Amino acid sequence: MKRFYAFVKKEFYHILRDYRTMLILFGMPVAQIMLFGFAITNEIKDAHIAILDPSKDHETSRLNEKILSSGYFILDKYLNSPGEIESVFEEGKVKIVVVYDEDFGRKLLKNKAASIQIIADATDPNTANTLTNYISAIFQDYVQSQNPLAISPVRVIPEVRFRYNPDLKGVFLFIPGLITIILMLVSAMMTSISLTREKELGTMEVLLASPMKPVQIIVAKVIPYIILAFIISIVILLLGYLVFKVPVKGNIALLISEFLLFIITALSLGILISTIAKTQQVALMMSLMGLMLPTIILSGFIFPVENMPKILQWISYLIPAKWFITIVKGIMLKGLGIEAIWKETLIILGFTLFFLIVSIKKFKIRLA
Amino acid sequence: MSQAVIIDHVSKNYGKIKALRNINLEIQQQEIFGLIGPDGAGKTSLFRILTTLLLPDEGRASILGQDVIRDYKKIRKIIGYMPGRFSLYQDLSVEENLSLFAAIFGTTIEENYDLVKEIYSQIEPFKKRKAGNLSGGMKQKLALSCALIHKPEILFLDEPTTGVDPVSRKEFWGMLRRLKDYGITILVSTPYMDEANLCDRIGLIQNGELLSVNTPEQLKSEYPNRLFAIHSEKKYQILQSLKGYENTHSIFSFGDEIHYVDKRKNAIPEVLENDFNGLDLPEFKLKEIQPTVEDCFLELMQQK
Repeated sequence: MKRFYAFVKKEFYHILRDYRTMLILFGMPVAQIMLFGFAITNEIKDAHIAILDPSKDHETSRLNEKILSSGYFILDKYLNSPGEIESVFEEGKVKIVVVYDEDFGRKLLKNKAASIQIIADATDPNTANTLTNYISAIFQDYVQSQNPLAISPVRVIPEVRFRYNPDLKGVFLFIPGLITIILMLVSAMMTSISLTREKELGTMEVLLASPMKPVQIIVAKVIPYIILAFIISIVILLLGYLVFKVPVKGNIALLISEFLLFIITALSLGILISTIAKTQQVALMMSLMGLMLPTIILSGFIFPVENMPKILQWISYLIPAKWFITIVKGIMLKGLGIEAIWKETLIILGFTLFFLIVSIKKFKIRLA
Repeated sequence: MSQAVIIDHVSKNYGKIKALRNINLEIQQQEIFGLIGPDGAGKTSLFRILTTLLLPDEGRASILGQDVIRDYKKIRKIIGYMPGRFSLYQDLSVEENLSLFAAIFGTTIEENYDLVKEIYSQIEPFKKRKAGNLSGGMKQKLALSCALIHKPEILFLDEPTTGVDPVSRKEFWGMLRRLKDYGITILVSTPYMDEANLCDRIGLIQNGELLSVNTPEQLKSEYPNRLFAIHSEKKYQILQSLKGYENTHSIFSFGDEIHYVDKRKNAIPEVLENDFNGLDLPEFKLKEIQPTVEDCFLELMQQK
């Protein structure tokens, strides 16, 4: 036991003395939360708009006023001819141009119909889509207010409610995703690197020729990383709660046990990598390519898995992170209990056992 | 005295490369046995087999009666191993390294302090320093302390003096001689022939084959030729000329002199001097000398 304790202590020394890595490990999640929470958002404010208004009448000026007072748009300039549209887009600042029909107001009164053209810079399709939707809504609203009596015989008024995340905050989705990625990074990547470092520096040779059992070496090596990963995930949770009001609706003890389970899953993956990789470099590449990339892309963290080709969806079933994100979202945002997530938990448990057994089988008691 | 190490027809291949060919060797208890040979001769492979880190392809080996394959767990408790490469934790301090290895073997620094005292006391003033910041000689002393801290019965030192300055090398060998008095058997490998004289017995190894196993004195006394040293300002020119000479058995450059063996077994200095003068050589001095271990090694290599 003393032998084991001394080895754990030594592992802590390694981690704590590598202050640069520590800084990255703790700084990265904080920076990412701040980025996702504050900077990266799907809402658009103050988009630059240009308006071509040949008719310049009462109707168009009221419409313009409505657009510019909506808070979403800033007037860049009024255009004088259709030829300027091209050049104003080329300058790049203007994202959307509104073009009124000639004699807009007169046509509207006389024919009860007039056309408006909305031209958007679609180099960023999402922004273009959002902006045109905003403008269309403004026009719709205007038409409605002009003809309050023009009511169709049947009226359907949808009342929309967004459950679990009423304000549609992106950070609600990012916190569970971020916890998943950080746990993967700290547990899998760091353990695989620290185990291969022993091989690369030759210290594994001395350890193997000592009475230390392989299982002792491994367990002593991962304990500090379990603690570290655990602390970091709690920090993320707290940050999410204190800064962005991301709630934990479910049982906190259940959530933390799921964290621990996933930490062990990631650690077992890290150990597995270290039994294959001979150098730290290879271990790093394997963790990044083999673990991080699929975790980010196929876990549903950023891209919805449901919209992917069938084959990618099947592959995503093999990614523990996908199941973990489902669990964390369920507990945090929906307040689900174990009765709703036991299936996902069992799947992760299965993965973990499989990885652990394979890596213990593969761990060598000799050099070659 | 009984055998500490028995190596019985051991062979080891890496793919097509034959690292060890049919090695047979017995090492007595409390002896300092030197495995002497150039880089790539198979020294490290043999050490790794004996320290249970590699499996031999053929043959058997045992350490104090324990088989290296079957009883590897028992062997790992009683050996001390210092690999050729510095294999301690560079980001841990001197003291932390030593206490870690003490703990790994289930002991403490205090318990076996007298065994490592002489070595460790030299680096103790730097005990708070990171191992990575030590000089080459101090690193070796720390590594030896770590390999010794659990009072092993057999110590395996793989090229402990490679890359160490001559003064530290001398000190190091002094320590090994004193460790013998504690009843520790020491198996040490080195590419330096001059260190062979400090061993009780030596094995000369080349291309995975043991050429000879003997005491240094016996080995030198069995040298079959008369050996001559040639001194000259123009050493290189003489070396070139004599390489093509019909009666040359062997000729090697040895520091600032040339070691020469004639094909005629009974050639005496006067005759040689006479012959060489006929070869139109630059000015030189010739005298008969006693062979060193290296001469013996070169002779054995040539016989192969």
